Amino acid sequence: MTPKPTSTGAAADVTELPQVIRPYGDQTGDGMVQVSFTLPMPSGKRAEGAALQLAGKMGIEPAIVVHSKAIGDGFTFFVVYGSVKHLVEPHLVEVVEREFPLLSGKEINTAIKKHLRRKLVVVGACIGTDAHTVGIDAILNIKGFAGEKGLEYHREIKVVNLGAQVLIPDLVERAREEKADAVLVSQVVTQRDAHIHNTTAMSAAFREAFPAGKVPHLVVGGPRFEEGSAGTLGVDRIFGRGTTPGEVASYLVHALVPQGSAASKSKGA
Amino acid sequence: MSSRNRPILELDKADVRRARSLARKVGKPVVDIATKHTTVSVERATLRLAGLSGADHERVPWVNHLVDAVREGVGLEHGVSLPVWDALSRGEAPDLLTLAQKASSRSVDFRIPEAKAATAAGKAARKDVAAGIRTIDKQRAQRDRLITRHGDPKQRPWIYLIVATGDIYEDIPQAQAAAREGADIIAVIRSTGQSLLDYVPEGATREGYAGTYATQENFRLMRAALDETSKELGRYIRLTNYASGLCMPEIATLAGLERLDMMLNDSMYGILFRDINPIRTFVDQRFSRQIHARAGIIINTGEDNYLTTSDAVEAAHTVTVSQLLNEYFAKEAGLEDWQLGLGHAFEINPDLHDSFRMELAHALLARTLFPDAPLKWMPPTKHMTGDVFRGNLLDGFFNLVGTLTGQGILLVGMMTEAVVTPWISDRDIALQNVRYVLNAAGGLTEDFHPPRDGFIQTRARQVLGEAIGLLDDIAAEPGKAPLLEAIADGTFGEMKRPATAGKGLDGVAERADGYVNPAIDLLETGATR
Repeated sequence: MTPKPTSTGAAADVTELPQVIRPYGDQTGDGMVQVSFTLPMPSGKRAEGAALQLAGKMGIEPAIVVHSKAIGDGFTFFVVYGSVKHLVEPHLVEVVEREFPLLSGKEINTAIKKHLRRKLVVVGACIGTDAHTVGIDAILNIKGFAGEKGLEYHREIKVVNLGAQVLIPDLVERAREEKADAVLVSQVVTQRDAHIHNTTAMSAAFREAFPAGKVPHLVVGGPRFEEGSAGTLGVDRIFGRGTTPGEVASYLVHALVPQGSAASKSKGA
Repeated sequence: MSSRNRPILELDKADVRRARSLARKVGKPVVDIATKHTTVSVERATLRLAGLSGADHERVPWVNHLVDAVREGVGLEHGVSLPVWDALSRGEAPDLLTLAQKASSRSVDFRIPEAKAATAAGKAARKDVAAGIRTIDKQRAQRDRLITRHGDPKQRPWIYLIVATGDIYEDIPQAQAAAREGADIIAVIRSTGQSLLDYVPEGATREGYAGTYATQENFRLMRAALDETSKELGRYIRLTNYASGLCMPEIATLAGLERLDMMLNDSMYGILFRDINPIRTFVDQRFSRQIHARAGIIINTGEDNYLTTSDAVEAAHTVTVSQLLNEYFAKEAGLEDWQLGLGHAFEINPDLHDSFRMELAHALLARTLFPDAPLKWMPPTKHMTGDVFRGNLLDGFFNLVGTLTGQGILLVGMMTEAVVTPWISDRDIALQNVRYVLNAAGGLTEDFHPPRDGFIQTRARQVLGEAIGLLDDIAAEPGKAPLLEAIADGTFGEMKRPATAGKGLDGVAERADGYVNPAIDLLETGATR
């Protein structure tokens, strides 16, 4: 599986990095990158020139078209190698630090048992037209993801997985029935911002159906959500590509179980 | 089927027989249930065969209006044919369309005709429905003619490519381009929500989510475009869509009428992965398969789905069980071996030791169990990551298994599987990958004989043994229909689906003694009038 793009561990080392770096091909500072793209024009000398023009505008200079191939009548595919003139300044990169400690399965169970004194109830679903349950299943099912067991595996977490294409009113109703502490919604396949519309509709429905302060903790996950957009979507937390069940479980404990507890025994990242 | 020597797995013939007889044992009670019920979609499909099409200004199809009105009036137990054609003969309306329009405002009184009136209504219904069946027969003959004229693909497996823009007018040039690049079969993926719509949308559509709506007009437009391309390329390009979800019988019917060539049609997929009521699914599925049999359509089953939700090594035998059940249900509905595109997929975690050898063993097992079926071999999805370079390599190994084990239909894997819906360049790279492997290693089947009792033979036997074990367990479930019990308690894909719940349950009715459906009569007897 792909590693997480943000890692709190590596971020701490920024002071050890040079102020300015460039992409690395085989020599420090060579700035070499490789890009591939298709232009909607027939292949030939003009097309190769056009590819170099684009590379130049992207800051790749000098660039070499190492491969060009006609696709059908009016398209040409290119692979371009070249040195990019832009500089990268690692210390200017903003990283969203994980605001909660990662807990082991045992720590999660202990924290819930000791401080919540009942099972933590999680209701999960894919909403809208999205039928792809891989995301929600990876997080909820015992099977899990990336070698970590899913939420179901924790004896102190009660998981209700409603599956795919769940209607928002049904989700709200079920969350009420189950007295859900948290509602997890997954949006994997999305077109034309359907994930955003679905999520805002979902959060609005919950706010309407529950009195203020009683709304279950709303968590959405999916590869297309932008970090930091939780507020505008009306949810409490967003998880992106590569999120593991352990992270979600740790987060839920952090957010929903009264603190001063297991957090002290963090494993770090 | 492939004329090459088939690799020999040396399975115990008694085991293979036992697996089939168990599949029949658990499948038969479900067929008995299916033949005792009807559904709104089976009845709507019957009206579509009789020529009723179109929708009102809110895009609600007339078949829905008419079936709903009959159901409110006299129930569904006798089928809609008798009450509808009885109303026509009583002069409630001059034709089906007008009747549906009047019925939509509930200004038609339906009744269940008796004696002579019933015989007359039955006859009239049969006459109109038979016209639709004959259109399907004509389309089948037309396909045969075009295949003779343009020819089948030169190689096996046939190359299957997906287009999915959401807009039929974008799909068409993409499909034509894909065919020119080497695709033998074009599948137009449906909009994700469609399986749960209890009606078939109308007209040419330009707006879909992760796919394009299956409509009669979209079918017609795409088939016409591919007919042009077939002529241009001198190779008959097949068209695929999806007969699954709540409207399975209607979509199958439209596919037959518009000469689609393959349809996705799995016996349990809707139950397990869409939470559609099991009875609804089995009734709808039987009708849709009878249509496919008549129309000469190759079905594609969905065993790949088990492997995306469960572990591909641990759950390998569930694929075999599902293939055996799909085979039983398909043959019961009249499909022949050449129409059974039984599915399986390359989904073992590539980090596992010997993962490729296990893939070979599983693919050979399917090949050996179903020697005359054009198996559908599906590419890796679960273990595809954003690492497109690794993805391209995995797809190459997938293609190698496909050619080495003589698969019939190869769904082309995209290295950008986990990233985007395929770009034009992704498709080109993927096809180049397929062409390279088929060209470089296509003849390797000849040389490939896994040694007796070696890893591959042993693994294949083990999976077959586990499949027989699971079928035994299912057969041992209590009740009249053990398979339904097994589905209810989560035997497949770790999902529990009781027969008393699920979407579309309210559209199921138990048939009364006087149930009449001329479509089913014509399909079961093979009659044309």
